Amino acid sequence: MKTVIKGAGYILAHTPDMVLHNGTTQTTERIVNPDSEYLKQLPNHLRDWNTVLAYWPNQVYIGNKTPDELAAIPQPWFEQTCDVNARYGKYGQMMPQEEFLLLMQAVDVFDLVKLEKSFVAEHKAAFAANEMIDETIVARVKDGIEGEEIARLVNEEHSEPLYHHNVLVGCVNRAHDIDVNLSSHVMHENMVSKASSVLALLSALKNAGVAKEDVEYVVDCCEEACGDMNQRGGGNFAKATAEIAGLVNATGSDVRGFCAGPAHALIDAASLVAAGTFKCVVVTAGGCTAKLGMNGKDHVKKGMPIPEDMIGGFAVVLTADDGVSPEVNLQIVGRHTVGTGSAPQAVIQSLVTEALDRNGLKITDIDKFAPEMQNPDCTKPAGAGDVPLANYKMIAALAVKRGEIGRADIASFAEKYGLPGWAPTQGHIPSGVPSIGYFVDEIKAGRLNKCMIIGKGSLFLGRMTNLFDGASFVIQPNSGPEAPAGVSEDEVKKMIAKAMREFAASLLAAEE
Amino acid sequence: MDLENQKRVLALTEEHGAENIVVLLGASEGEASGLAAETVTNGDPTFAGPLTGVQLGLSVFHVCEEEIKSEVDPAVYDEQCGMMEMVMDIDDIAGEMSSIRADFCKYL
Repeated sequence: MKTVIKGAGYILAHTPDMVLHNGTTQTTERIVNPDSEYLKQLPNHLRDWNTVLAYWPNQVYIGNKTPDELAAIPQPWFEQTCDVNARYGKYGQMMPQEEFLLLMQAVDVFDLVKLEKSFVAEHKAAFAANEMIDETIVARVKDGIEGEEIARLVNEEHSEPLYHHNVLVGCVNRAHDIDVNLSSHVMHENMVSKASSVLALLSALKNAGVAKEDVEYVVDCCEEACGDMNQRGGGNFAKATAEIAGLVNATGSDVRGFCAGPAHALIDAASLVAAGTFKCVVVTAGGCTAKLGMNGKDHVKKGMPIPEDMIGGFAVVLTADDGVSPEVNLQIVGRHTVGTGSAPQAVIQSLVTEALDRNGLKITDIDKFAPEMQNPDCTKPAGAGDVPLANYKMIAALAVKRGEIGRADIASFAEKYGLPGWAPTQGHIPSGVPSIGYFVDEIKAGRLNKCMIIGKGSLFLGRMTNLFDGASFVIQPNSGPEAPAGVSEDEVKKMIAKAMREFAASLLAAEE
Repeated sequence: MDLENQKRVLALTEEHGAENIVVLLGASEGEASGLAAETVTNGDPTFAGPLTGVQLGLSVFHVCEEEIKSEVDPAVYDEQCGMMEMVMDIDDIAGEMSSIRADFCKYL
């Protein structure tokens, strides 16, 4: 059975106050060097809502602009103003911080997220007006509590503060007095992930035209862990997210693999559908507060705005064949194995060419590759270069070594077979998957044929292994109705007759 | 450089002696290579890790520099690094590395 991609959802939440209070670059700096010039300067480099709306990479992420249009815009993109500044796009939306804080409370089922009364009153109408938020979610927002009580919770009960424009407007309480895995810090991080995942999931379902009750299984592939001191990563973000989204007929589970998580999750989900286990599976992931302002020191040093101020989320809806939607080719699946090693050459071979070789394909048989799609505005000033471009150069160099392109073609390879990076540097979020919405549209329009999604993960960061990891798969046009399984009686008769003729011929040959 | 890696470099140096340590880098471009090289010679320029203000002066090379390449079996080097040689700006990396070594390295 074939698996098709029915649609995808992409969302961003603008969270400038969380850059200051929850990004690990900033929280680490506050411990190591509390009076640093960086911490003093940082607030002056935060972007306002209108600026993030008119930011080119954000408009590509939510689908109002295409990667091709972005490629024609001179870098750095923070110096350009996009001619579209809509908050809603074809794939999803950008959510302002005040609505996102209300969403965090709406997804909380343990009464841990507290918001201040007047803050709720001021922003509830806008939250309710959000295209993706229905009355069941609005009804989950509480009226709020007094500001003094929030201050007391933060000062006396170790609650994680929630700020809006530098004003304390709420907090996330700890869920246990001693258990570090239920601390207010962890609960805050997980609640942000859950909220952004819910928004992405709802957007994807709307875009796919799939009813909530038709979803049978959800796979979450973010990089957070939820659990308590007895089962630190017990899970399950997927089911928790499905509950809030109203997917009453779904269960689910979490798949992890650092930044490669989404590629693994999509291969798992596509296989579940292909095997006939479930007819409709959604892969979803929310974003990560820890990575907000991750390269902020370099951005501030270079006098530029902080581009890492967006929480990202994505979701992809996979179903059994509908005869129209692009399909996931489960024959062309790449994987970095235990024996692959960590040399870049071996990594690219395992993820790209090994799977192609098995299917008699060349690198140039793939129309577009989507590896790590990090926005170069975030990475270049931090000395990490243009990450997608570096990936394209590696694939091109491998193609040269295999004699599939000439050495002179390396320079133009990225333009022909690649896309610019537009995703926020939220680990698993840029990992190939931001391109799926675009690929689905382009394949349906007949402009692209085979597209490869490549996820890569730095497993060594978890200190359980020194290994790297990665997985890849190919999306291609729907190949039409599948041939019926099995063979007819006529065909069986023909096959037996043919076999008997061949047997007789071989006997005659032996006699001669 | 990652704070944990700084800690490991410091611990290995204390265990074996700075004169016996060679740090081999594999970063993909000059600026990142230079920052890592500076960290293990003159101290962490970001003032964040355990090597802040610690001038180890270690010998440090990038794997694509001629000094290292000439030490490796050419067939193995081509298999492991041949592709990246086409991708990286080796002159830029080698320039960054030799200037850091000239300024801060104590053991060459």
